Amino acid sequence: MKIQEADAKSLLLAQGLPVPAWEVAHTADEARLSAERFFAGGAQQVVIKAQVLVGGRGKAGGVKLAGFPDQAELIASAILGMDIKGITVRKVLVAAAADIVKEFYMSAVLDRAAGRILLMGSAEGGVEIEQVAASNPGAIVRVHADPLLGLLDFQARQFAFAMGLGAHLKAAVAIARGLVATMLANDADLVEINPLAIVRETDVAGTTVERLVCLDAKITLDDSGLPRHPDLETLRDPDDEAPADREAREAGLTFIKLDGTIGCMVNGAGLAMTTMDLVKRAGGEPANFLDIGGGARADRVAAAMRIILADPKVNAILVNIFGGITRGDEVARGLIEARAVQERGVPMIVRIVGTNAAEAAALLEQARLTTATTLDEAATKAVAASRQAGAAA
Amino acid sequence: MSILVGPDTRLVVQGITGREGDFHSRQMREYGTPIVAGVTPGKGGQTALDGAVPVFDTVADAVRQTGANTSCIFVPAAGAPDAVMEAAAAGIATIFCITEGIPALDMIPAVEVVRRAGARLIGPNCPGATSPGSAKVGIIPGSIHRQGRVGVVSRSGTLTYEAVQAMSDAGVGQSTCIGIGGDPIIGTNFLDILQLFAADEDTDAVVLIGEIGGAAEETAAAWAAEHLRDLPKVAFIAGRTAPEGKRMGHAGAIISGGAGTAASKVTALEAAGFLVASSPLELPSLLRDAGHRD
Repeated sequence: MKIQEADAKSLLLAQGLPVPAWEVAHTADEARLSAERFFAGGAQQVVIKAQVLVGGRGKAGGVKLAGFPDQAELIASAILGMDIKGITVRKVLVAAAADIVKEFYMSAVLDRAAGRILLMGSAEGGVEIEQVAASNPGAIVRVHADPLLGLLDFQARQFAFAMGLGAHLKAAVAIARGLVATMLANDADLVEINPLAIVRETDVAGTTVERLVCLDAKITLDDSGLPRHPDLETLRDPDDEAPADREAREAGLTFIKLDGTIGCMVNGAGLAMTTMDLVKRAGGEPANFLDIGGGARADRVAAAMRIILADPKVNAILVNIFGGITRGDEVARGLIEARAVQERGVPMIVRIVGTNAAEAAALLEQARLTTATTLDEAATKAVAASRQAGAAA
Repeated sequence: MSILVGPDTRLVVQGITGREGDFHSRQMREYGTPIVAGVTPGKGGQTALDGAVPVFDTVADAVRQTGANTSCIFVPAAGAPDAVMEAAAAGIATIFCITEGIPALDMIPAVEVVRRAGARLIGPNCPGATSPGSAKVGIIPGSIHRQGRVGVVSRSGTLTYEAVQAMSDAGVGQSTCIGIGGDPIIGTNFLDILQLFAADEDTDAVVLIGEIGGAAEETAAAWAAEHLRDLPKVAFIAGRTAPEGKRMGHAGAIISGGAGTAASKVTALEAAGFLVASSPLELPSLLRDAGHRD
């Protein structure tokens, strides 16, 4: 699950990382009031940033500077409601514009190949890390946290020196450790600060000081960790999720909508992808990826059916279940129940093999559902049914 | 001899008294797997599977009293990493973790504890392994297998069943079939299994079933190109039509360095001498094309 910049910054702050103050505004009025507070606090300019979960918001015009409160209001009213890659901006972040001396990149990420937490840093901040990796891979510093002890102090020091942050060693070490701490505290699989920046600030005595701070933050959370962080669930951005996706998630299903006409209901991610691949190979277009998960019972099957049929383009359904931990008869029962209450009639091809397949076959036969033996046969039948339905429409 | 599970397997089931643990333990026993013990903390002294299997409070007790050497874990996600470490600490050599939905960060220390104990972890979020004709550990339906000489390794659960069923239906038997699990952090990878198959005198050919994401297939392919030159090798990759970049964060993409798409995996496997199927149903005929004879 992705969360917005302002929420990511709150999680960093909770671990003691240096994040300059910000406010979130939902209206241009609120943005103006926020800007007034920052100007009163001595800011020369404020930055107004669209809060959307897509990259490239700066290029899309979603990040702008304002020199006085009226201008902040004007900019906020332009950004709020703006469409960035199909997502409407509903919130903006307002903060004092930083006087940046130098920008860096720092992130902590789950490295699946190594099975460890990987800390990455680069002195080329403000640029996407993929770009640095492609153009100047030597500029990226990497260190793996110890799998049992976490990131050790000496590792953090080596990392900070290698990034060229020797002049800000204490702060850099604290931030590196803070990224790993933020990951662990929230079950995040990515915590990214880009840019991490040395900024010039004037302290209370009027002296200019340089300080290392987190100017932007991006965090993605491990979905498997969310059940033990109910507070983080409230950070889910409703715009990041279509209604069908939400219903699927709440029912314990994994659903990804595609553009085709053949609804797919499958158990297991690999088999679900394979089912889509074979529908395509048979000349059809899958309408979705849908994994009902392991051990699905009748109610989850019924929810899956509702979600598939909610897509008006779906004109045929292919159910492919290979029972292991999932029992075929449970799925068959769910299909028959869902069939009895479904609002529109769509041809359905059912293939159930594996655990309790014989019991499932008897139930399906009794209910007169169209069945198939092999996956290739099921895909071919589903494509034919979809073509027929398409021609009739 | 087959690999990982076989005639020497003495199985302890962690979570044997739960719904899934009970159901699948019965299936394993029916297949012929010797289940010597169950573990459910607080239920030590009771029995499971209608009185046939003694239940212990700890894996250490089970190992001491029954000589269990392999574990199968059906413990819920919150307790599963601890169950893995308990098995390793008790001296279990091969640990299968079936549980899905374990937070990835919990698996980092668990995998390390297993490694330091010199044990092997398969999974989590895996279907287990079967050596047809001798034993099965996990949830793979026993009926799909046929005894033979092809080693099968897969990242997926149900897709493995699909592939194995297609092989058995075509008369192509298996030495051992293993699902390594679809989670980001797993104990055993494709490469580890290919190495075990390479050293197994009962395995004459290998089938690798991968899917999009990560670079484990590419890594295994590179090793196979060098070390499995003369072995018939067949593969299938799921996700040729899957939309890219759905769950990957920016920094995630950099680790695999552009690898992770179905196309990249197919290319790497073909370059390493694998014949790559476009449907699991094609696997048996491709095995024959690659020179495998039953």
